[in-house]
Amino acid sequence: MNSISIQNLTKTYAGGTEALKGVNLEVASGDFCALLGANGAGKTTIIGILTGLVNKTSGSVRIFDYDIDQNHSKAKKVIGVVPQEMNFNIFERVEDIVVNQAGYFGIDRTTAFAEAEKNLKQLRLWDRRHEIARNLSGGMKRRLMIARALVNKPKLLILDEPTAGVDVELRHSMWEFLGELNGQGVTILLTTHYLEEVEQLCRQAAIIKDGQIIANDRVKNLVKLVAKETYIVHVDEIRSLEKIRGYNPVVIDENTFEVELSKEERLNEFIAYLSQLGMMVTDFRPKGNRIEKLFLNILNSKTEAGIGA
Amino acid sequence: MTKHGQYIAYTTIVRKEVTRVLRIWPQTLFPPVITQTLYFLIFGKFIGAQIRDIHGVSYMSFIIPGLVMMAVINNSFMNVVSSFFSSKFQRSIEELLVSSTSNKIIIAGYVTGGVVRGIIVGFLVFLVSIFFTRPQIHHLGIIFPFVFLTAVVFALGGLLNAIFAKKFDDISIFPTFILTPMIYLGGVFYSIDNLPPFWQMISKFNPVLYMVNGFRYGFHGFSDVNVLASFMILVVFAAVLTAVNLVLLARGTGLKT
Repeated sequence: MNSISIQNLTKTYAGGTEALKGVNLEVASGDFCALLGANGAGKTTIIGILTGLVNKTSGSVRIFDYDIDQNHSKAKKVIGVVPQEMNFNIFERVEDIVVNQAGYFGIDRTTAFAEAEKNLKQLRLWDRRHEIARNLSGGMKRRLMIARALVNKPKLLILDEPTAGVDVELRHSMWEFLGELNGQGVTILLTTHYLEEVEQLCRQAAIIKDGQIIANDRVKNLVKLVAKETYIVHVDEIRSLEKIRGYNPVVIDENTFEVELSKEERLNEFIAYLSQLGMMVTDFRPKGNRIEKLFLNILNSKTEAGIGA
Repeated sequence: MTKHGQYIAYTTIVRKEVTRVLRIWPQTLFPPVITQTLYFLIFGKFIGAQIRDIHGVSYMSFIIPGLVMMAVINNSFMNVVSSFFSSKFQRSIEELLVSSTSNKIIIAGYVTGGVVRGIIVGFLVFLVSIFFTRPQIHHLGIIFPFVFLTAVVFALGGLLNAIFAKKFDDISIFPTFILTPMIYLGGVFYSIDNLPPFWQMISKFNPVLYMVNGFRYGFHGFSDVNVLASFMILVVFAAVLTAVNLVLLARGTGLKT
């Protein structure tokens, strides 16, 4: 069963802006899917429609077989959403925000308090439960929104840029947490600008551009489409660069240059070749992440044909 | 959602609203009581002493029901308009919109919050009136339905205002330019029998007149208008406003893009 089935979804805002132009997207139950795209591509509009915050213009949306027009209450019951921007009352106490959200889903207070305790402990907010939300740090506020989104035990968790603006440590702990949730069977739909996040966490990725899905496949298949990868090489001294001209070397400084290696080439052999040329390699690392490269390729419409949309 | 689930959602909204009213009591409960006390003092005590009895009751006694109703109207309206608009402004209304709470429950929850504040303030104002005169109670069975329905109608009006409001200015336009004149011209301080026929006729288009007079009947046993007609007007207003709010919430007017 699909957790999300979107067909021919369009959205034209009151001002005439066409945000979505016939989006089709399916996310299997239990999957971890990334929705990628530049700012204004339509990611948040899709999430808004899925969660009932944006009215669609046409098309159909089903959440676990519940049509959002005909069965919106049942569809909403299985969704948890973490929005891009803070959307809680900053004057309310942390615990009340989570418990009230449970109440809106018809969960009795005893269960709601127990669930809030579990979620706040998991997200390391239990000690701050009596504070008003305004006093929390930015990262804590984000974790609070995740705790709130989980209080109805959703089968589908939708996160709109959950790690935007959070520090590296918190981002990694969030990845771990989301990975665990997905491991428990929760389907996750994530939008993010951190493409390493996609490669780390997601099994499916859809790329949206100008309101249309232009690529949608398993992440491992998408990664295969990256024919060449750029590496940064540090050596004791740069010599005989003309002999590696086939790797498109670009000198960065007196000890550092970039090269492009195809997927077929073995890194050990290339490093050995540099040694033969008299260059002792002191560091060797990929320049950027592969999804990022693919993402840029696709957005610039330079990708090869055959990416299933 | 099951009926029990909807009940839990309703009590959650009500608890949140009532907690808010009580938490910020210096803003929600105290100022209206002070204002109405000043009315009692200035209009009832100082000026009222020079005004002859109306329908056989002192001017102070005459204005008590009107001033209580004025407090109920203002506070039930303002509670919902400010709370709902603040939720829109802070986007915390999305907590409700993404949940499985039905629109009927959202309306019922916010309106109950408004009714609770309106009635608490109305009761406090009534308590203050005891310091100025011994209140008469003619028919409690009239007082309660009128005060309750009036609070419901104006809480629904506040919700309607909040749904359309886009900025904070928008939540003060209706109370300032429509609601306040309606209250002042709705027979709080006078009987329309004292007005020339033309103004009597104009006054009868003001729904507040029916609310104040129906309520006053419960205290003094007289009214400028038919009490049953007043009650029916309240019921019709409540039904129409509920229907309008339901349609607007279903469409997502002012809430969804």
